Amino acid sequence: MSYMAGCYPGLAGKRCKGHGRAEWVFPALPAFYRETLQNGENMYKSFLIKYAEIGVKGKNRYLFEEALVKQIKYALKKAEGEFAVRRTDGRIYVDALSDFDYEETVESLKKVFGISGICPVVYVRDEGFEKLGHDVVRYIGDVYPDRNKSFKVSARRARKNYPLNSMEINVELGAVILDAYPEMRVDVHKPDILLNVEVRDNIYLYSEIIPGPGGMPVGTGGKAMLLLSGGIDSPVAGWMIAKRGVKIDAVYFHAPPYTSERAKQKVVDLAKKVAAYAGPVWLHVINFTDIQLYIYDKCPHDELTIIMRRYMMRIAEHIAKETECLGLITGESIGQVASQTMASLAATNEVCTLPVYRPLIGFDKMEIVEIAEKIDSYETSILPYEDCCTIFVAKHPVTKPNVNVIKRHEENLHEGIEELVAKALETDEVIVVHD
Amino acid sequence: MEVYLDNSATTACFEEVAQLMHRILCEDYGNPSSLHHKGVEAEVYLRYADETFAKLLKVNEKEIFFTSGGTESDNIAIIGAAMAGHRRGRHLITTRIEHPAVLQPMAYLEDQGFEVTYLSVDHQGRISLEELEQAVRPDTILVSIMHTNNEIGAIQPIAEAGALIKRKNPQTLFHVDAVQGFGKSRLYPGKMHVDMLSASGHKLHGPKGIGLLYMREGAKVSPIIYGGGQQRGMRSGTENLPGIAGFAKAAELVYQDMEQDVDRMYALREKLTEGVRKIDDVILNGCPGREGACHIVSASFKGVRSEVLLHALEERGIYVSAGSACAAHKPQPSATLKAVGVEKELLQSTIRFSLSGFTTQEEIEYTCQNLEEIVPKLRRYTRH
Repeated sequence: MSYMAGCYPGLAGKRCKGHGRAEWVFPALPAFYRETLQNGENMYKSFLIKYAEIGVKGKNRYLFEEALVKQIKYALKKAEGEFAVRRTDGRIYVDALSDFDYEETVESLKKVFGISGICPVVYVRDEGFEKLGHDVVRYIGDVYPDRNKSFKVSARRARKNYPLNSMEINVELGAVILDAYPEMRVDVHKPDILLNVEVRDNIYLYSEIIPGPGGMPVGTGGKAMLLLSGGIDSPVAGWMIAKRGVKIDAVYFHAPPYTSERAKQKVVDLAKKVAAYAGPVWLHVINFTDIQLYIYDKCPHDELTIIMRRYMMRIAEHIAKETECLGLITGESIGQVASQTMASLAATNEVCTLPVYRPLIGFDKMEIVEIAEKIDSYETSILPYEDCCTIFVAKHPVTKPNVNVIKRHEENLHEGIEELVAKALETDEVIVVHD
Repeated sequence: MEVYLDNSATTACFEEVAQLMHRILCEDYGNPSSLHHKGVEAEVYLRYADETFAKLLKVNEKEIFFTSGGTESDNIAIIGAAMAGHRRGRHLITTRIEHPAVLQPMAYLEDQGFEVTYLSVDHQGRISLEELEQAVRPDTILVSIMHTNNEIGAIQPIAEAGALIKRKNPQTLFHVDAVQGFGKSRLYPGKMHVDMLSASGHKLHGPKGIGLLYMREGAKVSPIIYGGGQQRGMRSGTENLPGIAGFAKAAELVYQDMEQDVDRMYALREKLTEGVRKIDDVILNGCPGREGACHIVSASFKGVRSEVLLHALEERGIYVSAGSACAAHKPQPSATLKAVGVEKELLQSTIRFSLSGFTTQEEIEYTCQNLEEIVPKLRRYTRH
């Protein structure tokens, strides 16, 4: 056998993975495709990659396509098998050059931003129109056990010397299908099944589109620094910005002995979840304990969190500028906690000159959790290790801090804080996190 | 300086034990069930281990069984006894301060329709024999009491309990979880009227993944693992020979000068408690002096979160446990500490120090010194 037995779901058609989240449904490998893999001589194994917004780009479109190809190649390193990624006729194909694991491959591709759809393609050899008709009937029979459906054939000829033109292929194949499956009907406006037939050296058949994550290829949008805390929100925020093609670096504030080594490991694990989509994440771990204790000693306790966050932003911005990041990313959402009220956000925002991206700003917790579950970071996020934002949190922290008051209280720190910040920056431990 | 004071979680392996295991893994790797020479060679190690434990516990070799660890031994003893005895009765007795390896099988049996009585303990963590006497009924099939508590080091009156149980109901089986007690005192199941006794290799400088279950001949207990019928059908599965031989070797070494070691550990424990007492607002849990285990000190530091103190000590190279290792990854407060009546505000402020034969005076001094330094500092920074 030429493929990994048991890797494919047994039934053709749609199947839910996980907990019935409709968006993540993907079709099984068609039985026919499986057979061609086993029996065919010149049968390739391939996926047609559909991309969304890149298509509308102008002269720099090639840059986006190249980035997408690069990201696809990177993602496929995780899947079993050898692949070639090629750009032809304005499309991207992923060809398997060896035995491969179908599900693993699809899963990997589903994590590449810029892909809007993944079409598993069946290649048949061109041995005359009659043979093509046979193949198409078999394809439909295998992929769609329930044939009470409408369909449309959409042919394209890249090889113009084919005896029939596109319109003729559409009509003739439609007739063959109707002959074989009288229960099916043609609908050229809103078909249930859109069967694509592309005539090239071989003939490509595909009708299923597995939804991709959308967005833009990572690397086309510059780089930003994510403040990663260990909670639910920050990995989701990083994922959302990465989705727009932005490469992600991250900073984590570690406060030993108040936070444990496991809390740090948890943050590395979360960075890994982001890296699954965004590529390698450079995670900066900063020892924040002394700054925190100093603020505790010198400032009113109900303002502790705000002042602490202002220093986190300052340090994050410092590292961001040094590493050529064009902005900061946080997981803040208005009103979620005391430090995320409009007034608090204004107070923390005030220390930065780089733009601070807050993609979750208008999201409810439930909406954030939904994405966290989708990107598989939720389970890690809810592990019970304390992060440095909560260890000294006051019972009643200020919810409407006044920037001027905060600034005045920060002056209490002037004696030692600069040295402590410089020291903290020296503790910067960089962990390159790969998925 | 590295000071490892988490020996109740696990211990460093004796070099000699590791060497023996290496030899069994790489050279004498046969399966004792094989008929050929390699198998016979392997069986020698098995017999060595059987004999060693039989001698140490003063029991018959046929009464020794090897498992994957303390947890499995407890599971076989409890679930196996319940399965075999459910026609005779459906009542079991245990204490409130058992290890989860006992409490969870008990909870499982409760789900299956068995009745379980949980004995209370006094503020030092000891059960009352009167309460036990009242609890034993004609339909009681098993009593399971731990020898030494893993969190506070309380030692139970096992021999008295054994005599009492047998007087009240000779049919009732008596199981003792001696995972923390084995190797710290001489335990003789025969004299103590104990029918089953669990022990674990890695708590006394042996390997992990190996446990011991002593089971009195004639005690009616069903296996819970079925297969190739190894170990007289009681525990199927190819014997973990490196583990078994390593455990036997470790036990042999520990028993060699157990009394001196235990005396030394009591002295170190005394020193440590003295040092801890010097700090304000500290409460020591468990039994003082010789009434408690020689290797466990449980102390509650008012106003300090145990996890923070643990990590602060860690920064100085001192490894301790918050509560017990088995409970440390769960956010709920320990059931044992609650049962002995530790105040609510101290539950999250409790640290366990556990010693071993390798612990030195210097290490204890270093620990006391650091505690004195760290605790007041941590108390300054608290949540408001």
